[in-house]
Amino acid sequence: MAALLGRSCRKLGFLSSGHGARRTVSTETGKSLNLYAAINQALHIALDSDPRSYVFGEDVGFGGVFRCTTGLAERFGKNRVFNTPLCEQGIVGFGIGLAAMGNRAIVEIQFADYIYPAFDQIVNEAAKFRYRSGNQFNCGGLTIRAPYGAVGHGGHYHSQSPEAFFCHVPGIKVVIPRSPREAKGLLLSCIRDPNPVVFFEPKWLYRQAVEEVPEHDYTIPLSEAEVIREGNDITLVGWGAQLTIMEQACLEAEKEGISCELIDLKTLLPWDKETVEASVKKTGRLLISHEAPITGGFGAEISATILERCFLKLEAPVSRVCGLDTPFPLVFEPFYMPTKNKILDAIKTTVNY
Amino acid sequence: MAVWFARSRNLVSSLRHNLCLSTILVKGDYSHHRPIVSTCQLSPTVFLSPYVSSLRHESTAVEKQPDLVQHSDEEDVLQELDFPGGNVGCTSEMKFIPESSSRRIPCYRVLDEDGRIIPNSDYFPVSEKLAVRMYEQMATLQVMDHFFYEAQRQGRISFYITSLGEEAINIASAAALSPEDIVLPQYREPGVLLWRGFTPEEFANQCFGNKADTGKGRQMPVHYGSNRHNYLTISSPIATQLPQAAGVGYSLKMEKKNACAVTFIGDGGTSEGDFHAGLNFAAVMEAPVVFLCRNNGWAISTHTSEQFRSDGIVVKGQAYGIRSIRVDGNDALAVYSAVRSAREMAVTEQRPVLIEAMTYRVGHHSTSDDSAKYRAADEIQHWKTSRNPVNRFKKWVDDNGWWSEEDESELRSNTRKQLLQAIQAAEKCDKQPLKELFNDVYDVKPKNLEEQELGLKELVERQPQDYPPGFHV
Repeated sequence: MAALLGRSCRKLGFLSSGHGARRTVSTETGKSLNLYAAINQALHIALDSDPRSYVFGEDVGFGGVFRCTTGLAERFGKNRVFNTPLCEQGIVGFGIGLAAMGNRAIVEIQFADYIYPAFDQIVNEAAKFRYRSGNQFNCGGLTIRAPYGAVGHGGHYHSQSPEAFFCHVPGIKVVIPRSPREAKGLLLSCIRDPNPVVFFEPKWLYRQAVEEVPEHDYTIPLSEAEVIREGNDITLVGWGAQLTIMEQACLEAEKEGISCELIDLKTLLPWDKETVEASVKKTGRLLISHEAPITGGFGAEISATILERCFLKLEAPVSRVCGLDTPFPLVFEPFYMPTKNKILDAIKTTVNY
Repeated sequence: MAVWFARSRNLVSSLRHNLCLSTILVKGDYSHHRPIVSTCQLSPTVFLSPYVSSLRHESTAVEKQPDLVQHSDEEDVLQELDFPGGNVGCTSEMKFIPESSSRRIPCYRVLDEDGRIIPNSDYFPVSEKLAVRMYEQMATLQVMDHFFYEAQRQGRISFYITSLGEEAINIASAAALSPEDIVLPQYREPGVLLWRGFTPEEFANQCFGNKADTGKGRQMPVHYGSNRHNYLTISSPIATQLPQAAGVGYSLKMEKKNACAVTFIGDGGTSEGDFHAGLNFAAVMEAPVVFLCRNNGWAISTHTSEQFRSDGIVVKGQAYGIRSIRVDGNDALAVYSAVRSAREMAVTEQRPVLIEAMTYRVGHHSTSDDSAKYRAADEIQHWKTSRNPVNRFKKWVDDNGWWSEEDESELRSNTRKQLLQAIQAAEKCDKQPLKELFNDVYDVKPKNLEEQELGLKELVERQPQDYPPGFHV
């Protein structure tokens, strides 16, 4: 993964990671961009390619609190790129209305921690809009973007990973990119996908991750997981910023002779069971890691599914290395997080089971 | 009125000092016999009184708003302050805006209880053809409601919601709109769909959830929707349609369509957060949306006195910067005029408008409710009979010589026949095929649903006795 944190690991005392073996998706070169710049590029392309697309949310007009919407209002006008009142249920409801009329509504929720007022609109309205109407209506043009995840100092309300709530809702899609190049392609897919999508962006990577991002319009398919590191002894599954940590753990495990296969799920709903299943049938071991609290986290769904499909191939119980079952703490963040060493320990335990 | 204010200025200022009243506002009163001085808020409304009736068609414009707090003494306004949000005068007098006006916002009406036009009323004239159609549809809605209610009682459909008592709101509002206006209903507005051409058969199909139901049997009865009729599919959660209506209106605005979004809500629904969200967004985005609140007094068993402490809903409009009117919802002509005006304002001025239609929910909340448990039988009876909007409009249509008792019995008997046939046909109609359980969750069926569909098919074939019959694979 060229999107290396390199010098800028989390403030948790990690070593700089080297370059591990990785399978490249594309050998195309592009410009060196960070995550927010890549997302910004995707938004420019989206608005340019469809005159009936809109970007709105709190503070997006001046470029957004994370600069993802820089330059959009100037280029496409305030009728298409605008600030909204501070009201998430209004933002998403308004977006559903726009999408119901055939527009692409690319909505920003300022932090995933604040998405809950819109939960009713997302779950009861957006997710069911097509189904309940007998396909007479749909709001497929709706894409909801929100920064998620730990940032080192975010505490309860600037660090959450709420993906599990949304993975339980038939009718929407949930997508989480791991890097700038992935984010641009996935976001464009989400915007053009004829279903409402929730797109969680790992805020930790907005500046920290830098990668070559092709400048043209390209998409990365949804519901296709990617094996980003091949191995034989154990399969690791993750998404978003956590993959960087998992990759570091894989590198260290390799030094001890454990060959790890690392999979980026990318789309959590509907998720690519086949790729994970094929990998676990090869390795016989599965470890899932996510920042969100372990109980009821999406790792539980992956674990249960793989158990059903791969039971006789498993050499060890499925391992989950996740956040603790607490609100996301401030000073205790280093203890709460699923760290590289926690993952490494779990890899070894699983392999030695 | 301006002249009268000037005359009273000194009176008010001396009263304020002599009586030490903290808030004295001068209210406009058309019976200009005596000044009314009160401690209450000036009602910022369009007064359609005999005094201003000569301005018949100009009264659809907003009356210039008198100050909320009347500064009758210039020396009180010490200076203007330039806070973000615009200049605002300041005062050294500590005045609280009262929580309510001494007088509630009056209700716009055209027809009296006997179906006669009140002299000097403002209203859009309604032709014989339109009036007869409106009456026919109001009566049809009544008959339809009775038939479907009974069908539920007989166990033939699982659920039903009547609109009894609200026929004028349903039909007159629909009549005032254009077919291109996009309707986002709550659930007590089937008359709007009826007006637009949804047939008794289509209503019945949805209630039975049969193969012909365009909703594909996915939702409870009365959750109608029709893209052909620009009527978005009903969902049970309350008020969710309001911010969506703002988005719909904004889309129409951007496309420069000669149309607006029209969305309905009950008195109870205005307590939801989405009411606030919807109105605020529509106002800020300057979206052409007509918000029509059916204040029928009851949210299931919760009376409006337990719902809010404001003077109903109309006063909330100004809080969002939205032009508002309170109308007699049981007066078809008033509803027609108000909605027509509101729609024109919304489209030509690209702004939202709020209408509060006062009415009464004659029926139970739904077939799952028995309103006798929480309301007086004579109250219900009163509104069912002497305050019935259908009878009231009928009288007017009758008096004009446009309707007869023969017409009445013919309409009622034809409609009954039609509904009976529609219900019987819908009941006999095939069920939805099982595959419709799995379609339309997404645009394309994902793998997990393909697997679940295969699994279910196999299960149904193996153990058909576990499942209701008639759902062909």
